[in-house]
Amino acid sequence: MIKVEGLTKRYARTLAVDNISFEVEKGQIVGFLGPNGAGKTTTMRVLTCFLPPTSGTANVAGYDVLENPLEVKKRIGYLPETPPLYPEMEVLEYLHFVGKLKGIAKSDISRRVDEVIERCAVTEVRTKLIGKLSKGYRQRVGLAQAIIHNPDVLVLDEPTAGLDPKQIIETRELIKALAGDHTIILSTHILSEVEHSCERVIIISQGRLVAIDSVANLTNRLRGAEAVSLEVEAAAGHPDPTEVQHRLEQVSGVSRVVMKDSKDGRLTFAIESLQGRHIRADLARTVVNSGWNLSEMRAVGLSLEDIFLQLTTAEQTNQPEAQPEGGKQ
Amino acid sequence: MKNVLLICQKELKGYFASPIAYLLMAFFGLIFGFGFYTATRDYYRFSFQAQMMGQQQTMNINEQIIRPLLQFAATIALFLVPMITMRLFAEEKRSGTIELLLTSPVKDIEIILGKWFGAMLLYMCVLGMSVINLGLLFAWGKPDLKPVLVAYLGLLLQGGVLLAVGEFISTTTKNQIIAGGVTFFVCLMLWLLSWFTAFDSGASASVVNYLSIVTHFENFNRGVLDLKDAIFYLSMIFFSLFITARAMESLRWRA
Repeated sequence: MIKVEGLTKRYARTLAVDNISFEVEKGQIVGFLGPNGAGKTTTMRVLTCFLPPTSGTANVAGYDVLENPLEVKKRIGYLPETPPLYPEMEVLEYLHFVGKLKGIAKSDISRRVDEVIERCAVTEVRTKLIGKLSKGYRQRVGLAQAIIHNPDVLVLDEPTAGLDPKQIIETRELIKALAGDHTIILSTHILSEVEHSCERVIIISQGRLVAIDSVANLTNRLRGAEAVSLEVEAAAGHPDPTEVQHRLEQVSGVSRVVMKDSKDGRLTFAIESLQGRHIRADLARTVVNSGWNLSEMRAVGLSLEDIFLQLTTAEQTNQPEAQPEGGKQ
Repeated sequence: MKNVLLICQKELKGYFASPIAYLLMAFFGLIFGFGFYTATRDYYRFSFQAQMMGQQQTMNINEQIIRPLLQFAATIALFLVPMITMRLFAEEKRSGTIELLLTSPVKDIEIILGKWFGAMLLYMCVLGMSVINLGLLFAWGKPDLKPVLVAYLGLLLQGGVLLAVGEFISTTTKNQIIAGGVTFFVCLMLWLLSWFTAFDSGASASVVNYLSIVTHFENFNRGVLDLKDAIFYLSMIFFSLFITARAMESLRWRA
């Protein structure tokens, strides 16, 4: 449905998007994840024909964004970061206007408007001026605007930004409900959102593609490594932190030991294992054999948050061992 | 064409949903009405005096009331145009609605023409206020209709040029104040060009004079429908809308 190859977008001085390639299949929800300024919005703007790419190609529903922009625009619904609303219009009037703008046949417009009004739950404000609506309603009218012509592809730029928790849940449900008929790309910098609503994640950072995979795979891949939080106490007096750290690092399979805290003679360490190694038993043995007390040990699951940080910061510091392989499904 | 009408309709609704349309019509109506009052009062005085002196000089409503009044209207238009055009693109860029327009299956030129027609219709509404006053002259006097119609055509064409220039300037910024201010400056410059060369002759002077927007209106106002002047206005409109289209394209590339 969407095919992007070698997409690069350069503004006057900055390189916003650097050689990104990905594909999205029909009916999928894909999360576009990255810190602020990573190039998410720019990529979406290229897909929606708002901006032409500097180089590379983008293909939506079989049409190239440069060669056939009108055909692409007919098949794409776009909700920008700030919903494009005219404050002086009423909701109904606005949706009628957008419907006509998107080329819906005159006879179908009223029906389509009624449908999206119901679907996006804006029935009670249909005759209100958009300028008087709350942020949550504006967002929903924005979403209604994006789906009014029943597009094949929906591009949503931070659809839940600035909403309250209840509205966020409602919007997510709405997006999920839309997924069957539409292919959806949504961008966000909130990771839990991706975990909730997306099947696949595209992570970009500083304009470059960092990872592209299913949410499950991505978490599994990094959960193959164990993360352990360990608290050590000396039987009498204070244990020597450097010695403890040194001993722990000697345990086979340990990749990293970081001291987190030291208080009242208790030392807390965060320990990560190498890929596919189980280290908890060995750690416990080492601590006890060295004559210290093991007061706490617990496994810490890596959240998508950690994965994201690992991937994006690794990219910045260029640690080769954390370099992800941009595997495609 | 359908899209042009749609955008034009939207623009017009936007003007009339905000106070701007009513304000412009009220201002123009007041100022023009004031001019009308003074012109007719003086006309009345002069004709009365002429009769008292027993002079047989004929007085002409067309020449002595309508022509100076419409010349005055052409000058006021210079002040009104920036207020009409400043929001056209600047407002859409500021509020982000430009993303809706540019990602809808609509051609750039349809957006530009739609907005221009919308601005033209508002301009016509504003000029329409003067018809009330001139209508009084036709009700109680017998002025010649034809030169008045030609003069109005000239006003529309001159307005069309200024509106197209204003539309172009509005694409270059997201700040309405800047769009309005620069448009006002450019309108004034186009007007002042004729002063600049009023007593000069030679090729350069005639070129500058040719570019001045008001010299072409003077012919229309005399009731002379000259192809040369009509072509000047039409080509200026075309040129301005053309560079507006270019500016919109570069907007996409630079974003």
